[in-house]
Amino acid sequence: MIAEAGLAALYLAAALALMQMAFGLVPALAQQAMTVVRPLALAQGLLAAIAFTCLVVVFVRTDLSVALVAANSHSAKPLLYRFAGAWGNHEGSMLLWVTVLALSGALLATLSRAVPERMLSAALGAQAALALGFYAFLAIASNPFARLDPAPAEGQGLNPLLQDPGLAFHPPTLYLGYVGLSVAFSLAVGALVTRDVGPVLARAMRPWVLGAWVFLTLGIVAGSYWAYYELGWGGWWFWDPVENASLMPWLAATALLHSVAVLAARGGLRTWTMMLAVVAFSMSMVGTFLVRSGILTSVHAFAVDSTRGTFILALLLIYVGGALALFAWRAPAVGEGARFALVSREGALVVNNLLLSVILAVVFFGTLYPLMIEAATGEKLSVGPPYFNAVVGPLGLLLMLLLVVGPLLRWRRHRAPLAKWVAPSLLAGAAALIATIVLAPGISLLSRLGLAAGVALIPASLMPLAGRSLRRTPLAAWGMALAHVGVAVSVIGMASDAAFTRERLAAAKPGEQLAVGPWLIDFVAVAPVAGPNWTALEAELRATQGGGTKELRPQARMFTSPVSETSEVAIATAWNGQLYTVLGRQTGNRWQLRLWWKPFVTLIWLGGVMIALGGLLALVGRGWTNRRRRRRAEEFEQ
Amino acid sequence: MRRRLLLLVPLALLALFAAVAWWRLASPPDNVIRSKLEGQKLPAFVLPAALPGRAGLDSAAFVDGRPRLLNIFASWCVPCIAEAPVLLELERRGVTIEAIAVRDRPTDVAHFLDRHGDPFQRIGTDIDSKVQLSLGSSGVPESFVVDGRGVIRFQHVGPISPADIPTILAELEKAR
Repeated sequence: MIAEAGLAALYLAAALALMQMAFGLVPALAQQAMTVVRPLALAQGLLAAIAFTCLVVVFVRTDLSVALVAANSHSAKPLLYRFAGAWGNHEGSMLLWVTVLALSGALLATLSRAVPERMLSAALGAQAALALGFYAFLAIASNPFARLDPAPAEGQGLNPLLQDPGLAFHPPTLYLGYVGLSVAFSLAVGALVTRDVGPVLARAMRPWVLGAWVFLTLGIVAGSYWAYYELGWGGWWFWDPVENASLMPWLAATALLHSVAVLAARGGLRTWTMMLAVVAFSMSMVGTFLVRSGILTSVHAFAVDSTRGTFILALLLIYVGGALALFAWRAPAVGEGARFALVSREGALVVNNLLLSVILAVVFFGTLYPLMIEAATGEKLSVGPPYFNAVVGPLGLLLMLLLVVGPLLRWRRHRAPLAKWVAPSLLAGAAALIATIVLAPGISLLSRLGLAAGVALIPASLMPLAGRSLRRTPLAAWGMALAHVGVAVSVIGMASDAAFTRERLAAAKPGEQLAVGPWLIDFVAVAPVAGPNWTALEAELRATQGGGTKELRPQARMFTSPVSETSEVAIATAWNGQLYTVLGRQTGNRWQLRLWWKPFVTLIWLGGVMIALGGLLALVGRGWTNRRRRRRAEEFEQ
Repeated sequence: MRRRLLLLVPLALLALFAAVAWWRLASPPDNVIRSKLEGQKLPAFVLPAALPGRAGLDSAAFVDGRPRLLNIFASWCVPCIAEAPVLLELERRGVTIEAIAVRDRPTDVAHFLDRHGDPFQRIGTDIDSKVQLSLGSSGVPESFVVDGRGVIRFQHVGPISPADIPTILAELEKAR
């Protein structure tokens, strides 16, 4: 019954989306459109939320007569995974996607009072068009509520790799990011339709971009940490196609975030910002397509299904192609906006945008290159970390250099001397460079420069706050400083991990002692343990470094439903890094142990969280400023 | 005009992406790992007959210009029973099939051929699996398409099913 209710809600939501699209985008219906479009958007959001709730309920109850539940769940699963299992599969995650899409449409309809009505109704029409395609996709190619008759006695279980608390948050976070960008996309479409690109649009778009960007950042940080401790390879980024699929929208969103600031503050970079808004969401669609169609080999081997792939590709072509065509048609009417000198805040932001776009292009072509070559010549090859690190690394360093100077520049034209503000950071960076040459002569050039640039960037990021009354400094400026420090912290972590990691692979007997980095590790014993739906062999390790002792218990886990093996990494976190241990196979009376000492690797994710927090501060701060501005305008009218 | 063209660049990139993606969706990747033996010469061997009164098999027999199927089987092998009717069908369609019986006794081979049919031209007996191993075969049944110059063109691991008949025939045709 609940499954049928969910399906009915889905169909109703699709019908409302069709009406919303018609009223929002068809010029003949545009008069008075807002009176119809706003309630439609609200109702559509509500219905999608009902459909998704229904799916969660059938998963929590383990209703095995629903095919999706039978294929992906199991009554023996802990509650959290029965709950999160609702989106740990293709159909459920597409339903989550469209739900977030519809809800953000509803939110846009309620919140954006400052946007001109015609632009808002066109934007909501575009948002409905996006949702409609995904409703059709669910109804035609991936019905999450399909029944099984007769119902099986037991479900097939959830992929054990996905039975992890991280799963509960990773996909929803990424989707909030992807879909937040859909609103920026729709607003850009609305602005292009009404030929009205200016600061008002930018101020309406900015919170969505900021919010989406915060979620994307958190999603990538969480995904990276998940891969780090779940896959047991000791790495934190693999340039896997699916990782790239999440990185590309982030890069575009980061560029958009900075160009929308120019549009909001100075009315400049109009066409460029519109294009970025379209590109950012396009990259989300490209990412979704790459993951769902399975056309690229990846650790995220999802539903490999060419019908679904074709469907998403068709949607992608309609939406992205339509928006880009609209852009090419209307852009000449939009104009460039206010001009500025090369040495100015705008100038620095343009360089920032160029560098980010080049990195985006590098990742885009690197991800697709194997396919293009195979299509052209039939030759198979793969593009991996050597290419990406070698190209993205130096570009990233250039971005960091720009970050030292950019935030200090004034809008329009910078005339005041800069040396006073830049010198301390450059000195710090130079000192760090010399220190690495003296103390660690053997590390790679890229790591060395990364460490130096990171050290230089910390004081440089705080410099824009210097000399200001800290209490009167807007929250957004604090957010910017925090995010930029986060970049520095993260890069220091990456460089340190690349330069100083120690690895040890040993075949050891219980009772032996092993050394890795500064740690001495006693291999105490191996014993069997059992969990709710798995059994495991668990090693007991005691690690000492100077004073304290840490106990680690890496496991080789056997899951019963479905039958499969995973290795559960054990990690000991110290203030200066992580000890990462994996229990491998038994050979005779010896066990394979993989041990890594990773100095300051934690900074990678700490920095990522700081970047996201900085975005959050800016979001909250901008919200306040906007409200104050609106209130002042209302008082003025009275 | 230049600016107009510049505005079309994103659309061109989208078209490129769509073309590549479409191509991949239409032709899914070929993940079959080709056997290392394909393209190599048959190792030299001389095997006595597996049955009294039948011809034995030696590698020199393969260089007479005619492509053949070389089947490795055993009377004690259950999948070989499943394969037997398919081999008969191949023989009916004019395929010359040579065979190697692995770790077998003449009476058992005779019994097997009586019950499941005898599509074979010659049958050599490989008492200690030496020839089987030199062919890179790890189990029974396995089949090789060998061209008229004694070069292995195709290796099929496991029983040949009715669905494999067109592949085998095509490989024999290619080896001609």
